[in-house]
Amino acid sequence: MNKDKVITAEALTKRFGSFTAVNGISFDVHKGEIFGFLGANGAGKTTAMRMLSGLSMPTSGKATVAGYDVYKENEKIKQNIGYMSQKFSLYEDLTVKENIRFYAGIYGMTNQFIKEKTGFILQHLHMEKEGDKLVRSLPLGWKQKLAFSVAIFHDPQIVFLDEPTGGVDPVTRREFWNMIYQAAENGITVFVTTHYMDEAEYCHRVSIMVDGRIDALDTPKELKRTFNASSMDEVFLKLARKATRVAD
Amino acid sequence: MKQFSAFVKKEFHHIFRDTRTLFILLGMPIMQIIIFGFALTNEVKNSRIAVLDNSKDAATASLISELEASRYFDIEKNIYSYKDIERSFREGKIKMAVVFPQHFGEDLQHFNKAQVQLVADASDPNVANTLTNYATAVVMDYQKRITDDRQLPYAINTEMRMLYNPQLKGAYSFVPGVMAMVLMLVCTLMTAITVVREKEMGTMEILLASPIKPLKIIIAKAVPYLLLSVVNVASILLLSVFVLDVPINGSLPLLIVESILFTLTCLAFGLLISASTASQQTAMFISLTGMFLPTIMLSGFMFPIENMPLPLQWLSNVVPAKWYYLIVKDVMIKGVGFESIWKETLILAGMMFFLLTMAIKKFKIRLA
Repeated sequence: MNKDKVITAEALTKRFGSFTAVNGISFDVHKGEIFGFLGANGAGKTTAMRMLSGLSMPTSGKATVAGYDVYKENEKIKQNIGYMSQKFSLYEDLTVKENIRFYAGIYGMTNQFIKEKTGFILQHLHMEKEGDKLVRSLPLGWKQKLAFSVAIFHDPQIVFLDEPTGGVDPVTRREFWNMIYQAAENGITVFVTTHYMDEAEYCHRVSIMVDGRIDALDTPKELKRTFNASSMDEVFLKLARKATRVAD
Repeated sequence: MKQFSAFVKKEFHHIFRDTRTLFILLGMPIMQIIIFGFALTNEVKNSRIAVLDNSKDAATASLISELEASRYFDIEKNIYSYKDIERSFREGKIKMAVVFPQHFGEDLQHFNKAQVQLVADASDPNVANTLTNYATAVVMDYQKRITDDRQLPYAINTEMRMLYNPQLKGAYSFVPGVMAMVLMLVCTLMTAITVVREKEMGTMEILLASPIKPLKIIIAKAVPYLLLSVVNVASILLLSVFVLDVPINGSLPLLIVESILFTLTCLAFGLLISASTASQQTAMFISLTGMFLPTIMLSGFMFPIENMPLPLQWLSNVVPAKWYYLIVKDVMIKGVGFESIWKETLILAGMMFFLLTMAIKKFKIRLA
């Protein structure tokens, strides 16, 4: 097995009754890579991501995450990944510090470690003064950045981001992506879904799902060349128009 | 363990941050005890009545003074014709009228027989019933006194003793009922909501993607509400002993252990609801109709189960509150020990295990 590959998927499939949400997808993700996982609504992105993050059992096919098997080593996978969902994932009625302490606590971090790193994160986000404020009172962009910091607090090998920048202004999105780059530089693999095609350009490699299959997978540059398009937006539209499945 | 304590701490943060809900949770039992204890009572005191005395002799005079002396009646006014009775009722001034016919005293002396009429406002049947009973008792009392010196050929004197609750206080039956109701509300409703809220907010996904085990999540969610319930049981018991003079005749530890068992049953039901629903509104609705209404209607605390149609009697057997209510009444009022309530305890424990297993199963299915 190639040590450099942190995620491998082979003919990974998920069926719900007669409906095949994910239809035999295969791909590898390398360590420290920012892997963009694109697709129209209902194409099967979230289902695929849920299988990889141990939230849902595949129907068939093979996959390993952080070197662990998705069927048998579920718990080990959970220990080694971070997850941030499209719905906002911090507790609004808890303070910033209480949120950090809670999430670090359920990953089994020691109090000493939590204390030191909390200070570091707040400083890094320029939020030292907000530590004891309720998350509810923060602007959305800050919340998202904080949620990302919390998702990688325990230094996971991989972080799964499910549409992390939905509803965020362009400036904050730019800052958010700086954080993603920084995480990748520190060796954290980033697996991200998005609907913003400019964000797709930031990814090292991009896969595009259509009707449960991966129809294209390459660097943004190569994809644009193959599809003879000037932007990722065009690439995406060319592929997504082929979809027969009705988005929900 | 570290995971677990972090989780429980977080739950307490949620509870203490929402001071309004906390206030309701802790204040509700106190409010209910006070309302039930002082406002809602079946005892009728100082009811206003009218007397129409057509006889005006020594016998009626002493009977009237006895009615007046009892703490149940206040004689509003004397009236002088049948027409006035009707009018007084319509005006809402009186609840009952006592009518002595002409020659009441004479009849009593010469024929050993006399009649008195009690007219009650039965638009409120319970009050009407109670009042006529009280009045009859006063009349009987008087009759007994005047016959005492004479020897009757046959006489059966009934002597009543009200066991366990000699003063027939309403508090004896509603304190156990309020305990069942409050625990039900705190545990079932609050646990159902707290788990569903995580689903609605999307934090549940993050929790499930983290290494913490679902079973730990469930238990950590239940712990704070278990503690809150113990506080509530304590405050209800303290209030009933020191404010309402309801004694705890049986063993206090037994009562507490049984309360915890009932609390766990409610928690399990709350978790089952939360595992089966997706929104807080649905969870709340199901808890209220599925748990709260049956608790009030079918636990025997408001309406006697013996008087219900058979199907409802059968249905009452699946209401956990019914068994808890029986247990609390037995331990608290009758003062019996575990040997007399082991059956009820076993049923409650069975319900708890059933509900808990269902909840955990349901929770796991969701993950797959």
